[in-house]
Amino acid sequence: MLAGASITLGLAIATLPPGLALGLALAMSKASDTRLVRAFGEGVTTVFRGVPELLTLFLVYFGGQYLLSDLYSALEGGQPPEISRFAAGVVALSLVFAAYSSEVLFSAMLGIHGGQGEAAEALGLGRFQTFRFVVFPQLIRLALPGLANNWLSLVKDTSLVSVIALPDLMRQTTSAVGVTKAPFVMFGAACVVYLVISAASSLLIGAYSSSLNRGFAHGS
Amino acid sequence: MINLVLEFWPKLLNGLIVTCELVGLSIILGSPLALILALLRVHGDALVRHSASLYCFALRGTPLLAQLFLVYYGAGQFRPSLEALGLWQFFRSPFICTVFAFTLNTAAYQAEILYGALRSIAPGQEEAGRMLGLGAVTRLLHLRLPQALIVALRPLGNEYVMVMKASALASVVTVYDLMGETRQIFAKTFDIGIYVIAALIYLVVVELFRRFWSLIEQRMTRHIGNVSISAVGDVGIASGSAEAV
Repeated sequence: MLAGASITLGLAIATLPPGLALGLALAMSKASDTRLVRAFGEGVTTVFRGVPELLTLFLVYFGGQYLLSDLYSALEGGQPPEISRFAAGVVALSLVFAAYSSEVLFSAMLGIHGGQGEAAEALGLGRFQTFRFVVFPQLIRLALPGLANNWLSLVKDTSLVSVIALPDLMRQTTSAVGVTKAPFVMFGAACVVYLVISAASSLLIGAYSSSLNRGFAHGS
Repeated sequence: MINLVLEFWPKLLNGLIVTCELVGLSIILGSPLALILALLRVHGDALVRHSASLYCFALRGTPLLAQLFLVYYGAGQFRPSLEALGLWQFFRSPFICTVFAFTLNTAAYQAEILYGALRSIAPGQEEAGRMLGLGAVTRLLHLRLPQALIVALRPLGNEYVMVMKASALASVVTVYDLMGETRQIFAKTFDIGIYVIAALIYLVVVELFRRFWSLIEQRMTRHIGNVSISAVGDVGIASGSAEAV
């Protein structure tokens, strides 16, 4: 079960960077001036917020396998490699995480005054510098509570990968049940492990959040 | 993809109906439970308050899949005593177990929403009600709940959508909901298209529900001039001051 817990945590942590990057990209596309780009951002968000996470996982896992074998037979044949369950988990969870995070990041962007961009331009900052030194530090402060929620959902969603037989906490618990014949105790223990992970990350995020808010009298 | 739909639409339809039953039952059973939990958290003494909060924390902090397994497989561990109580039939059915687990789960989420909404009402409202000589039940039903529900409306809608999406988990414990039927069809045909079709069905249902819910929202908030819903917190304040006047 401990090994399972480390896979659960590893999966969640591995999902975070691509999920956040994609979420940021989606949020920016929603703020875009071009209609097509905006529609694309909205579309992706709607799809991955409307489709059950389990179904997204299956689509990525089985669909990815099909794409891969199609690709192989189109090129020269041969046995395609089996798609990694861990990778499928990361991709599917990133898509879901990105869809939810883009909403949070988008509304956080609205919370940053437009004059700030003009000020940065007046100071001669480039677009990347403006984002890195002016927008981003404020964005992270405004978006942190929402992102923290998404992170907690992500930790819980990792349990879905047990359905495609990745030996995460949930899967390991199920096999432990087969041995011990004490399902209630074992699944109860798994729940406690998830609770500990959630509680510990809430504490960490809370500490980070108050350090981000230290310049604000009414730190929300 | 079209022939998949033509061939399997009765199965998909059956699955969709099971999904809707699952979601509907869980929400109908979960909502009163949530209201009780929220009220306990507002009015109970320290012990009651903390137990109710602990319940919400525990059910919100663990995956629904783990809770479902805890109920469905966990019940087996107590089979002799459940049989003695005559409850074994109840826990043997995957459908009933799923509704049971979903009800407990959504009750925790909805209780959190209602708790926040009830607390957002200015204390002066309650004092004014007491001054008018209204009883505790009247104050709750006619003074605080209507205002709290307006604040809670949007998050409640989101929660219902979450239940809809989470219902796909039922397929893991062999309930033939939309997801369960889809998995079965996939096992027969190995056609990935069926998952795409299922995704589209879920999307349409969720989107229809969102539209329906925003209509309800507009209707419920029309007396305060359809305040932009992005400012949910302000709605409560606006309605509060309007009625205080």
